[in-house]
Parts: sequence; structure tokens; C-alpha cells
Amino acid sequence: MRDEITEDLLTLKDVNTSFKIDGEYYRAIDAINLHVKSNEVLAIVGESGCGKSTLATTIMGLHDPKNTHISGEIIFAGTDLLQLNEKQYNQIRGAKIGMIFQDPLSALNPLQKIGSQIEEVLLYHTTLTAQQRQQRVIELLEQVDINDPKRIANQFPHQLSGGMRQRIIIAIAIACKPDLIIADEPTTALDVTIQAQILDLLRTIQQENQAGIILITHDLGVVAEEADRVAVMYAGQIVELATVQQLFNNPKHPYTRSLLRSMPQKDSFNDELYVIDGMVPSLQKLPTVGDRFAQRIPWVSADKHEVNPTLHQVAPEHFVRCTCYQNFSFPDIKRGA
Amino acid sequence: MSLLEVRNLKVHYPIRGGFWNRIVDVVKAVDGINFSIEQGQTYGLVGESGSGKSTTGKTIVGLERPTSGQIFYQGQEVQQNKLRNSVDYQRNVQMIFQDSLSSLNPQKRILDIIAEPLRNFQNLTADQEKLRVLQLLDIVGLSADSLYKYPRQFSGGQRQRIGIARAVATNPKLIIADEPVSALDLSVQAQILNFMKKIQRELNISYLFISHDLGVVRHMCQQIAIMHRGRLVEVGTRDDIYNHPQHIYTKRLLAAIPETNVNSRQEHRQKRLEVERIYNEQQAKYYDSNGAAFALQPVSMTHFVALAPTD
Amino acid sequence: MWKTILRRLLIMIPEIIILSVLVFILAKAMPGDPFTGSINPKADASQIHHLMRVNGLYDPWYQQYWNWIVHLFHGDLGTSYEYQEPVTTLIAQRGMNTFWLALFTMILTYVIGLPLGIYAGSHEGKLPDTLVRVYTYITMSIPFFVVLVVGVWIFGYTLNWFPTSGSIASNANGLGSTILSRLQHIILPGLLGALFGTVNIVQYLRSEVIDAKSSDYVKTARSKGVSTKNIYQHHIFRNSLLPIAAFAGYSITGLLGGSIFTEMVFSYPGMGLLFLNAINYRDYTVITSLVLLYGFLNLLGTLLSDIILSIVDPRIRVE
Repeated sequence: MRDEITEDLLTLKDVNTSFKIDGEYYRAIDAINLHVKSNEVLAIVGESGCGKSTLATTIMGLHDPKNTHISGEIIFAGTDLLQLNEKQYNQIRGAKIGMIFQDPLSALNPLQKIGSQIEEVLLYHTTLTAQQRQQRVIELLEQVDINDPKRIANQFPHQLSGGMRQRIIIAIAIACKPDLIIADEPTTALDVTIQAQILDLLRTIQQENQAGIILITHDLGVVAEEADRVAVMYAGQIVELATVQQLFNNPKHPYTRSLLRSMPQKDSFNDELYVIDGMVPSLQKLPTVGDRFAQRIPWVSADKHEVNPTLHQVAPEHFVRCTCYQNFSFPDIKRGA
Repeated sequence: MSLLEVRNLKVHYPIRGGFWNRIVDVVKAVDGINFSIEQGQTYGLVGESGSGKSTTGKTIVGLERPTSGQIFYQGQEVQQNKLRNSVDYQRNVQMIFQDSLSSLNPQKRILDIIAEPLRNFQNLTADQEKLRVLQLLDIVGLSADSLYKYPRQFSGGQRQRIGIARAVATNPKLIIADEPVSALDLSVQAQILNFMKKIQRELNISYLFISHDLGVVRHMCQQIAIMHRGRLVEVGTRDDIYNHPQHIYTKRLLAAIPETNVNSRQEHRQKRLEVERIYNEQQAKYYDSNGAAFALQPVSMTHFVALAPTD
Repeated sequence: MWKTILRRLLIMIPEIIILSVLVFILAKAMPGDPFTGSINPKADASQIHHLMRVNGLYDPWYQQYWNWIVHLFHGDLGTSYEYQEPVTTLIAQRGMNTFWLALFTMILTYVIGLPLGIYAGSHEGKLPDTLVRVYTYITMSIPFFVVLVVGVWIFGYTLNWFPTSGSIASNANGLGSTILSRLQHIILPGLLGALFGTVNIVQYLRSEVIDAKSSDYVKTARSKGVSTKNIYQHHIFRNSLLPIAAFAGYSITGLLGGSIFTEMVFSYPGMGLLFLNAINYRDYTVITSLVLLYGFLNLLGTLLSDIILSIVDPRIRVE
């Protein structure tokens, strides 16, 4: 296991992010309360549209303020990031918080050499001379296990394989030894064997830098292998927050349990997979009151749900939204298909 | 007799270069593979990107031209168009694609998309055609008002079902499913997988299930072939592949799948690193000097592994 | 790279040969002969036959083609029947006029188009963007010849600011006054051509900038902590200019063909006007030479564009 986990690095207090669609604001993430410690991996898991990527870009301050409204507090190392102006934010981005993106090809500028794309971070956040920066670029490439770093630094993104490109993105993210790394689906675009290598690399780097990691993924397997704690998101809200052991050994929320149940298993060949009723509501059609997951478990009567569902603590470090998880069971008849 | 048999299939792409743009080398996307699919069976073809698995699927439906080798449908060779027509090959072998958005024409209504194969192979009146499309929509669980909508108006899972409806429209015997659920969320994936199994039971369809996801393949397939660098490295039943893998590449793939058992994640990681070490050390035992896998050797009645010839 | 350029040039040879055969055959297929109308209509038929024989016009077509090609390689494109001058001299004179006008128009087009496109793209949806878009809609919707005619009428005849015909004043002597006079003649047509021809560049660049702004690599740059100003300078502008740069190859050679409208309205003695008159007067030697030249320029433009693209875009490397 990891070294002992220390103080809070990042704290989100009641964070909401709303997007303007056709003149009206809609909440993509709703009242998020979270914290990340140094040297821990917090996984955010959920299906597409649940708001997990919006959460990442909210922390990074990458949204266009013209059509986005963000409220709450994002406390990083004692400062509320939401109070910073663009210039102050730029001193944190890349230096104190690094970000890794899903698609390593489109995340790299196709017209710039690998070396100068890594060097760019150093240029803005360090006082190193040009020569020292070149040297550091080579070191970073070595750190992400790239052979022949001098040659690779002179190449363009399209000349590298997907796994190599993701290593470059990681090198950019860790160039200034950030305290926090946000990895948004870092291995989704990669083959499984490459995925394993990239996740190993992230773990090694974390141990070297003692950084906190927010790992955003849709893959429960990746969560189970990599995370210390997990937040499960559904329709913009956290529905369950727990340590990784609690979440997989004792999942509480109906959504978490439904997801785990819909995964193909070792011995599921002759069984039907569980299919969650209905569809994820679109941003404009989110229910304004009540449990957002209620419509996907129609056999649970309305009085089992809270009117305004909140997170309830069920164990140390284990929180579940809404009271409907109590005595929740799946119907006997196979649903779906 | 197998429904489909692929014999020594090769698909090579030329690399041109030099002053006169002559062929200087070839990429062996598919380099001599053999397998056969039985009626009503799901055959899994597993590999990573660049392994040649998709090229194999495309070659079977005729989207790519084989360099050499033969494809037999119900015992009949189908290389030439004339022979294809005699067994109604194009009607009987259909394909489902990974990217449901780009594989459906955005300008066309769902009615026209699903009816297209019908128009190619059957002479139906407009009313009969509409009735058949409604039937198909019902089979894939979409409502009748989908008829006049366009692909963009549907979610990823719904579009994949439209793709399936189009594929089953002509009552095919075999569907080549190229990564049919890779782009879908877990809950939608479950729906599509259940659904593919259901129509298999009802219509006795065979699948060639092409995927990189060993978890999904285990849930779907009786027979599995593992492909690496254009060749098959291991072929066997589900039990052979998952419980008794012999080739190092199969072991490596299996070890790389993340497991949801949190309690044994340390052990799993150790095992994966161990397999990775062996993979790097024992290349010569599993690959020839060109990096290509050896020919398959039987290790049991059902199980074949590409091992170095013992002489 | 050099190998590829050489290979592409070699490939152009058969293309030009095929083009020249086609041009030659088409020219021969046109009704009439070069002497009809240029000699005394009462002339003896045997005299015409004699002229035709002497000029090789009774030879089989491949023989005539061969003679034409041999002359072509000696730099002899024949003599214009209309102007009674060697075609080469004619094209050299007219080409020079067109070259100055084209160069001036092109520079102005980019000088106007690049900043407008970048400005509109980076201020998408705001007032400057709206103004630029109104400008592009206006220039797009008014037919160009109307612009030219109105322009000549207002600034030429009415205000008398610019000359309305010719390429240089007849009394211009010495280097200074020659340059000044040439400039005077090309300012109005060049400016109008640029103002109304820049719409493609503006719109293309605007949408490229807007695309680049929301691209993933710009998101990466922002997450590196790069300031907005530097993101525009180092990432967005350079990447957006790429397709424009590639297009420059075509526009350079395209402009050398001359603008028929502009040269006609301004009676500017350039290639466009030459071509138009050649067709009007059935001046076959000039027509065939010009068609061949335009074909060659087109091929050259394609090659030039590919070369430029391979220089600015590392993804497209000519090997």
C-alpha cells in the first residue's frame, strides 16, 4: 500500500457548474463536496454525461466564463481558486496542478516538436535558462520511460504511437512537479497492455512526487486497481463516496450496485446482464427535485426516496446519497433486453 | 460443414517509396490465418490495435481485398463475385461497426437506412418495406416514430441498435461485429450484448465478434482466437483461453485486464509485472526472428497455440 | 524532398504533352484557317493553296504538331495574326503587366484578409466579428464586375483620382515616374480586387481560428498555464494560417492568368485581356499558347501548394 496519506490538498465546497444552453443556465455538476489528500488517488467514476469531466475542467478553470457559471469554493493549498484572476490562475495551472487528457493525439499541437511542447511549461513556470530547460526536457522524457529522449524531443506528435504520446502528455503534466495531477480518462484511448503500463507509470510518478491524483474514468476495473477512494457520479451529483475497499466490497447506492451488476463476469456466459431501466436524463431534462436516479429504479416506491436527497454517512469515509439504498434490492424477474 | 471457413488468409499492403514510387516493402496486416465459424456460434477474434482483427472482418464482408487465401461459405468458395451470388453471400453476411455515428449516413432517415439492404436484395412494395422496417425496429426495441428521424437524434446505444436492425434486415446467417460495444457506456453495453444474444437465439445467427475487450469476449463467445501482428497466436474454447492460456501474449493480455476484485489487487499487479517480464525475456520462444508468431500447434482437441516448432 | 519535387516535375512532362496535343487538335478543329479574312478575298484559290502548302498546313496533323513542338522548344510560339508580333513578345509584355497587378492585388488581399480573419475569429460573436461578417456578406453578394464598373465610374471618371485605362502613362520617362505611373494604374483595380476578393481568406481563417480555439491542444496549453495572449500567438494563429499558406501556391499562379473582368473594365493590357481579344479575333496562335501556359501554371500551382504545405505542416512530409 501507499505511504501514509496526509493533509488535504484540495477541497471542493458546494461546487456548482452551470452551462448556458439556448440562453438558459443548466447545472452540469451539482453541489460537489470533495477533498483530495497528497499521495492519494481519488477516482471519479460515472458514465458519459455524468459531469466527471466538467468537474476536472472546473478545477482547472478551463471553462469560458461567458457561458459558464461556477459557484462554491475550490480551496487549493489554502487559496480559493475561484477567486483568482486569469493571471493568478495561470501561475497554478501547469505548475501546481497538472492535467492529463484522454486523447493524447489531439491534446498535442500537431505542428510543434515534442521537446518544445514540454519546454513550454518550463518556460512559463521556471527561471531555467534555455539550456537548462533542454536538459530538463530530456530528464522528463527519461522519467516517463522513453528511450532515446534526444531523438523523440525532435519529433512531431504524429510520429509517435498512442502510448508514447500519452507518456509525453504525462511528462508535460509532471514537468513542474505539481502537487495535484488531474487525469481525465488517461487510458481510454489506449490498448489494455499499454493502459497497464501508463497506470504503472502514473503510480511510480506519484510515489516520487508525493502528488495527489484525481483519476477520472468510466472503467470500474481501473478504479478497483488504482484508486484509494472513489466518488461515483450520476447526473451531476456524487451518489456514493467511499474507500475503494468499501465501494467494491460493500456498495450501497442502487446506481453503484447497478453498474457493478451490468458488468460481464467470469461466469456470466449463460446469464443476461443487468440492464438499468431507462436512460440518463439530458442536462436540460434533469429532475429539479427528488432523487435523480429514482426513475431508473421504478419498482422502488416514492416514499423510499428523500424529497431532497443528501449524502448520508454509513461508515467512516463512506457516504451515500438518498435513503433509498436502505433495503434496496433488485427485482427477481430479469429486466432489460 | 462450417458456416464460414477462412483458409490461409493474407492481406498485405504495399509500402511505396524511392524515386519511382515502387513497392519497397509490405505491411502484413493479416498474414496467413485460419479459422472456421459454426452455425449459431459466436466466434471471438481478440487483439490490440494494429493486430489485423478489423482487417480480417472487413475482408470477410468484402470491404478489403485479400492478397491470397480462401474464404468458404457453407463449403463454397466465395472469392469471385459469381460464386458469391450463387450462395447469396452479400445478403447472408452482414456487418456491425464500432462507430455507430459515422457508419450511419447522417442525411438519411432511419427508414431509408434500415431499408437499404432490403432494397438491394428483395423486391418489396413501399408498404411491405415499411412494415418490415417497423418489425425490425420492434425487434431492436425502438418505437415506430423513429422511422422518420435522423441518426443524430438518437443516443449511442440507440444508434448501435439501428446498426443491428440494418444488419439483420436481410435475415443473414453471419454478422461480423467489429467492436460493437467499445464506444458505449457500461449500462448501454449490457443492453446491446443481451440483445445480440437474444437475436442469436431467435434467428440462429452466427457472430464473428471482433474486440479488444477480453471481459466482453468471455461473456459472448464460445470459440476465441487471439491475434497479434497479423497472425493467430492462440485458438481455443473459452475455457482453453481463460483458464489454460499457453501463449505468452494471451497471458499478457489476460494479465493486463483490470480486475474489480480490490482485495487481490496487489497479487494481480505482481502477476502482471511477472508476465510482462517473461514476455520481454522470452520473445524468441514465441516469435520468430522477424517478430512474427509461429504456426499454430495443437495442444488438445480444441486448443491450438503458436509455439516454436520442436525439432 | 528534392527527389519528390524532381519526380513531380518529371510527371508533369507527359501531362503537358497530353495537354499540348489536345490544345493543338482543338485549335485545328476550329472552323476556318489563319488566312481567311487576312488576304484579299478575290485571291486565286491556287495562291491560297500555295500559301497553305508553304506553311505546312497540308501536312498530316502529327507532322504539323511536330513542327509546332519543335518551334515551341526553340521559343517560337508563332506570330499573332491580330497584332503581327511574335506571341512570345506579346506574352512577355502582357505577362509583365499582369504580374505587377497580380502581385499588388495579392499582397493587398492578404494584408486585408489575414488581420480581419484573425480578429473576427478571436472575437467570435462580438461586435468586431459581426462587422467583419457584414463586410464579407456585402462583398460576396455584389457581383464583381458591378463593383469594377461602379469603381471606375466614381474614382476614375467622376473624381478623376485614377487613370481609367492602360498600364502606364505614355509620357512616363525615367525610373521614378515609370514606377509612379505603373502604381497609379494598378492601385484602383488592385484595391477593388483585394477588398472584394479577400472574403474567402477572411471566412476561412475565421472558422480556422474558431476551431483551433476549442481544440484539445489549446486546452492542453491552457492547462500548462500559458496566457491567452501567448496561446493565440504560439498555437492558434500558426495552426490556423496553415491551410491559407498552402492555398497561396494556387493563388500565385492563378493570378498570373490575369483577371478578365478587371482588365476588360480598366482596359488594362494584361493576359486576361489578351486572351479575351484572341478569342474575339480567332487569333489561334495566341489562344493555343495561352491555354498551354495556363495549363502549365495550374500544374505548377499544385506542385507549389504541395511544397508549401509540406514545409509548414510536419504531418505532410514529402519524402
